[in-house]
Amino acid sequence: MSEILAAALVNGLLTGGVYALVALGLTLIYGVLHIVNFAHGALLMVGMFGAWMLATHLGLSPYAAVPVMTLAMFGFGWALYRFVIGRVSRGEDRALLLATLGVSIVLENAALIAFSGDMRQLQTDLTFAVWEMGPLLLSVPRLISFAVAVAMAGLLWALMSRTDTGRAIRAVAREPEGARLMGIRPDRMFALAYGIGVACLGAAACLLLPTFYVSPNVGDTFVLVAFTIVVLGGMGSFPGALIGGLLIGVTESLGGLLLGESLGPICISVVFIAVLLLRPTGLFGAAR
Amino acid sequence: MRLRLSALASVALASVALASVALTPFALSSQFLVNLATLTAFSAFIGQAWNISGGFGGLTSFGHAAYFGVGAYVAALITTRTGLSPWLAFPAAACLGAATGGVIGFASFRAGLRGSYFALVTLAFAEAFRVIANSAGFTSGGLGIHLPLRPGIAALQFQDRRLSYALVLALLGLATAIALQLRRGRFGARLIALRENEDAARALGIDVVRVKTTALALSGALTALGGVVYAQTYLYIDPGIAFGTERSVEMLLVCMIGGAGTVLGPILGAILLHAIADTARLWIDLPGVAPMLYGVVLLIAVWLLPGGVVALRTRLDRG
Repeated sequence: MSEILAAALVNGLLTGGVYALVALGLTLIYGVLHIVNFAHGALLMVGMFGAWMLATHLGLSPYAAVPVMTLAMFGFGWALYRFVIGRVSRGEDRALLLATLGVSIVLENAALIAFSGDMRQLQTDLTFAVWEMGPLLLSVPRLISFAVAVAMAGLLWALMSRTDTGRAIRAVAREPEGARLMGIRPDRMFALAYGIGVACLGAAACLLLPTFYVSPNVGDTFVLVAFTIVVLGGMGSFPGALIGGLLIGVTESLGGLLLGESLGPICISVVFIAVLLLRPTGLFGAAR
Repeated sequence: MRLRLSALASVALASVALASVALTPFALSSQFLVNLATLTAFSAFIGQAWNISGGFGGLTSFGHAAYFGVGAYVAALITTRTGLSPWLAFPAAACLGAATGGVIGFASFRAGLRGSYFALVTLAFAEAFRVIANSAGFTSGGLGIHLPLRPGIAALQFQDRRLSYALVLALLGLATAIALQLRRGRFGARLIALRENEDAARALGIDVVRVKTTALALSGALTALGGVVYAQTYLYIDPGIAFGTERSVEMLLVCMIGGAGTVLGPILGAILLHAIADTARLWIDLPGVAPMLYGVVLLIAVWLLPGGVVALRTRLDRG
């Protein structure tokens, strides 16, 4: 029993690494633009279909597709903000929420029209590969995904804290007027930040592909997971998203083990509701 | 005075126009038309139910499917597990829907959740309900529940589609009467005041948590009635149908398009949405086309018509 528990724990941690990457994008978008990006799940789905197409049509392995999809999704996110979300919403809270909801409905159903509702699973040489570590059997694709997710999170951190672009984005997030006086154009930074947040999804999509099925509504599963992580870690907090991702990965894995496949997913909703009702600032968030 | 008269005249005109549109299907016995009218009136009804908390109270909910599903399962369980009359599902669903709305509302509003946070927590509640319905024994899990076919007014199953339509119209009338009362009455004034400025409303002595919770309970009760009608009409429900996001989105969509927080908004929104969706189906009949158009319409409505179609008239009046 203890071995099964340990395996579930480790597998949960590994999946949690990819969840953390998804949540990092969400928390970045919230921290800079104050958008509750409801389209996050649908955008992840777009990334997964992108990676799936690359794999099936060009034979590109999902891991090799990481840089391609990261760049492609950056462009997609940037354009989406620049031409749709930014224009439609005029910066109102409710309008932003509804605009991202509208985008997610359009994307999901466009995928339904293009790919039909079937679930697809990508079989790679590694899908069922396991690595024995003492008594534990670890899934190789999950291990690789975890490592790449951590590396991507590190890159994002370096981008945000060590480059001028990152500094400019953070300046706009803190003080849009002051940043404008320094010659930074807030609307450009907003589109850039949205693009970077969506770029995280491009990488995460590739990493999820070997172990997850793809379907037009796969994003629904992730929307709640990503928001739970971000709320748990504190909206806008980077370390919060990382630790929250690992915690939720483990929660989901243990929930599935202890409560069964059908009741297990309730853990996510329960954690989400409990955090919002009892500690809305999350574990690491500053008081609102 | 001229303005007052013209406002009165346009309200009267709109009412006459809506009434004649609503009554046409009774005269023509075309199945297609009656079905279309029933679906439209049903969207308008559950939209109006959403409007009570989401429009007048500004409490944007992404999870009204929670109440819809509670109503649907109450009807299915009463019909299949008890010998009671399915008509009893109406009061039972209203009570349970109100209780669900009351509990979700009280917990969220006491914690001070607003705006996007409230929208997300309602989504999480609906999802939790879906997972429970999917795994519990009494709901038959993911298999869903088939209601036995027992045509007859006593069993709340109408062979003549026009009777279904009349029932939905009556419910729409009830919800619209409540919305009208909100526009005029004291409770509605409190609700609208705290939507416009919560701090000011609180300073005036309005019990914010209580008013919001009451609005959500009322909205939940009405939405649950919609669930009963759905289950009794289609005779099959499962966790996805009952608690899925699509239903929540439909309710919010008709309000956003027609005009949230106005009495006519959900009705106009439902007519417009069904007109668009059914015209689209005539051109391209692929799964996903109509819902994708919903998304496009939502984006356009948020972009160009922040107050919905209803706001067009006031805009035109102002020139």
